[in-house]
Amino acid sequence: MTYVATIRVLPKSEVRDPQGEAIRGALRSLGLAVSDVRTGKEIVVTFEAASEVAARDAVRLMGTELLANPVIEDYAYELKEGAAV
Amino acid sequence: MTRVAILRYPGTWSERDFQHALSLVPDVESDILWHEDADLAGYDAAIVPGGFTYGDYVRAGAIAKISPATRELRRFAEAGKLVLGSCNGFQILCEAGLLPGALVRNRGLEFRCDWIHMRVERDDTPWTTGLRGAVLRMPIAHGEGCWVADDATLADVESRGQVVFRYTDARGGATAAANPNGSLANIAGVCNEGRNVVGLMPHPERCSEALLGGTDGYRVLANLAPALAGTPVAIYR
Repeated sequence: MTYVATIRVLPKSEVRDPQGEAIRGALRSLGLAVSDVRTGKEIVVTFEAASEVAARDAVRLMGTELLANPVIEDYAYELKEGAAV
Repeated sequence: MTRVAILRYPGTWSERDFQHALSLVPDVESDILWHEDADLAGYDAAIVPGGFTYGDYVRAGAIAKISPATRELRRFAEAGKLVLGSCNGFQILCEAGLLPGALVRNRGLEFRCDWIHMRVERDDTPWTTGLRGAVLRMPIAHGEGCWVADDATLADVESRGQVVFRYTDARGGATAAANPNGSLANIAGVCNEGRNVVGLMPHPERCSEALLGGTDGYRVLANLAPALAGTPVAIYR
């Protein structure tokens, strides 16, 4: 079965995000009342797994072993069956 | 003779600088090992040099973490052998969980290429024997050298004496102005609980002879010389 996982990685709330702070400053300079910006990344992975349970296990392995560093980042994901659009 | 393995991943760039610096240390021989077939059997120490492995994709050091060389390095470290990571090598060792904490984007977002001072906090690691309290001057060149950890980890690292190097001014004062990247508690380098694995953001290999503007890197690397271990050396001064 083909699955598509969309994995979103963000810095933990207690970790400073200097990139987000720079973007906040830039957005404020546009005259917008921006109070906070957090930056992260979205990673879309198409992969094969035997079942949804196996697919979720695989995504957790991706998240903890490579895509997010648990010291500084949290991740969340959405899983869909079928190929990416 | 001390045998040193220098690991090379795709994007490593300081391996030949390390090999040259180690050639200045008596009774030390080094080999550069490609990460895919790095066999550390027979080596006394391993060095993970600086660079931009895998283009810093995902995070600095993240992809190198799952290289075969890093698995080999983990076994090597668990066997009590000596490991030193500098710059991207420090990032790889933290990503691999061989050292505590993580290295994130410098506060202020600047890439810092400069000379810094740092105080040696511990001389009970094999890389800093005899150097306790010394203020070393070394170059840095990094965009992601801000060492962070949660409060509990920071407290553990401090109480267990795992802070090996701290950014200071030239007189050894750990001021905010002397901190080039926003690292917590001015931390420039840490060791593991076993004290055999040390990582630091500065580059000892780039300041190991007077021609390069400094010799304090040699004072760290010279600890690999069997005859000199434990003796502060300054023969290139």
